[in-house]
Amino acid sequence: MKLKTFAGGIHPPDNKQWSSHKAIEDCPLPTEFVVPLAQHIGAPSVACVEIGQYVAKGQVIGTAKGFVSVPVHAPTSGEVVAIEYRPHSWGPSLPAIVIKPDGEDLWSTDLQPSDPDNLSTDDMIEKVRLAGVVGMGGAAFPAHVKMSPPPEKQVRTLIINGVECEPYLTADYRMMLEEPERILQGVGLLQTVFGAERVVIGIEANKPDAIALFEKHCAKTAFEVVSLHVKYPQGAEKQLIAAVTGKQVPSGGLPMDIGAAVHNVSTAAAVTDAIVHGRPLIERICTVTGPAIREPKNLRIRIGTLLSHLVEVCGGLAEEPGKIILGGPMMGFTQLEFNVPATKGTSGLLLLRMQDVDPRPEGPCIRCARCVQVCPIKLLPTTIAAYARRNLSAEAAEYCAMDCIECGSCSYVCPAAIPLVQAIRYGKAAILAKKRKSP
Amino acid sequence: MLAAILSLGCIGMIAAVALGFAAKKFAVEVDPRELAAMEVLPGANCGACGFPGCAGYAKALVAGTIDVNQCPPGGADVVAKLARILGVEAAAASPEFAVVLCQGDNRKAQLKYNYLGLEDCTAAQRIADGPKVCPGGCLGLGSCQRACPFDAIEMTAAGLAVINREKCTGCRKCVAVCPRQVIRMAPAEATVHVLCNSHDKGAVVRKYCQVGCIACQLCKKAAPDAYKIENMLATVVYEHHSEAAVAIAKCPTRCIRDFAEGYPDGSALLPADADKPHAA
Repeated sequence: MKLKTFAGGIHPPDNKQWSSHKAIEDCPLPTEFVVPLAQHIGAPSVACVEIGQYVAKGQVIGTAKGFVSVPVHAPTSGEVVAIEYRPHSWGPSLPAIVIKPDGEDLWSTDLQPSDPDNLSTDDMIEKVRLAGVVGMGGAAFPAHVKMSPPPEKQVRTLIINGVECEPYLTADYRMMLEEPERILQGVGLLQTVFGAERVVIGIEANKPDAIALFEKHCAKTAFEVVSLHVKYPQGAEKQLIAAVTGKQVPSGGLPMDIGAAVHNVSTAAAVTDAIVHGRPLIERICTVTGPAIREPKNLRIRIGTLLSHLVEVCGGLAEEPGKIILGGPMMGFTQLEFNVPATKGTSGLLLLRMQDVDPRPEGPCIRCARCVQVCPIKLLPTTIAAYARRNLSAEAAEYCAMDCIECGSCSYVCPAAIPLVQAIRYGKAAILAKKRKSP
Repeated sequence: MLAAILSLGCIGMIAAVALGFAAKKFAVEVDPRELAAMEVLPGANCGACGFPGCAGYAKALVAGTIDVNQCPPGGADVVAKLARILGVEAAAASPEFAVVLCQGDNRKAQLKYNYLGLEDCTAAQRIADGPKVCPGGCLGLGSCQRACPFDAIEMTAAGLAVINREKCTGCRKCVAVCPRQVIRMAPAEATVHVLCNSHDKGAVVRKYCQVGCIACQLCKKAAPDAYKIENMLATVVYEHHSEAAVAIAKCPTRCIRDFAEGYPDGSALLPADADKPHAA
């Protein structure tokens, strides 16, 4: 049987064997939590606590700023010891709230569980917002914003993303195996909020046990479980929609333009926590893996945990790392040090050895068109990159640079080792800067 | 065969007549001064004058909307010629050279990370604020060298940009492209410069660069009018540049250099009067 898929894409080795069989372990609490105020797409939260103040687990420590923003909560009970600039995984140092745990780990008494049957759609969206829920696939886009499309854009197809196409990462996979009920309750809530007629749970065919488990759980429901052809980047929103519905999100458009919405399985679980239990998002599953770590694990971590603690919990480094990546090897952020905290979007910590890093300098483009063949958005990466590096942003924009999802397929296949994604990102930044100057 | 020759010949003649007629009837009147101006301009189309290429500047000159001294690469020579062509008086703008205020190459300055990516300083700067620990130092990836229309910038083997004072025309393209603003303009006669662009405290600078300015103020003590110290960084006061050289020997990190004596370490360039004997 031919599995559903999308055009383009690549087949990197999935490297999930390091951690796919490891059940989720609770990460022991560190002695210091550094909770950044900027953890999501949109305006960073604004601190609303003071130094010396006691905070309970789940208490709001930063309020949302504007609509595309979410609050952030204390990952454990303890004392606020500092509010200052701290190294951040995005590069520069950014404001963070530093909490010293008191060891009690007591939940705030303000949490309000509810019966979803008694809540309106708006109530549910507000609970998701107040809980600080963001997309858990890594992009960390505020979930309540996605759940509030304008009335003329009715979402008819809700797709739940259980694909996890990034090599090495197994966080969503273990969630699906170990907490299917929590996920499915969230799926039901999301369906109610969107009013979607069709609900599809997409899982890549390299996770047959998860597919079987979900088929079993969904047997009595109207949710469809769809097995997808194993290819990167199947888990990217637009590619998932194309595979499941056969429709393309238009250039410059959003999924809601064609009546679709995609949410990650872990986001669905976080929605359950927010609506049913009144619990904010303070923890997530993170796969610590790679050849340079002694004991790869799938850890349940609290936000604000420093990477150095995660490395320690996983037995320390097996050797000097060549590269430290937050996220997966395709779209993750390279880090310079372990002194940065995990955030709501930290799906993985990948430690690669020196020999795993490709040191080749770039060569000239030989017009082999491999990048064109693999681009899942059907762009011309080599052309956009060439314009971008010559600062010809108008031409780069004409070739649809803004539609690039930065998946890395082009850089991966380039035989000349040209840093295509870096060049395209550079071009996109120039296009946006021009737009801001003269809208 | 004959028919072919004749018919093509006729078509050719008709075309020639038509073109000749068109050349006269549709001729564009160009002010002869514009053509003369374009002859004397350097022809590098560098844009320093603010116009699109030398042709653009020539047009504006003839229209009378711009001064004759706006072409730095042309120098005083071109100013004089343009003044004659346009029949105006002109004072030359004082010539300036660009200088890279940094000596921290890979041997002397610490790196944050091993950068593998686009050989472009702005691209590298976007990644964790650049591969150098020093926030103001030269990244050495050559964006300025590529931007220079006059081939005046040398990238040393150890990753430092050095501007050749013989070839620099003051067009400022390098200044515009540098993401760290480490290239500055200075009057041509000023040869002494403090080659550092970091505003960090001295103790911090010492950790990441062997030749950075630590704002110890010894230069200012030696030549009070020639130096100013602002935000933990010394700079030469160019109006008093002739007094600045005495402080060079006093600088503990050797970050002050007189380009008349030589270019930074690692550069293959020789100073203008290299063949003349000078005091040790």
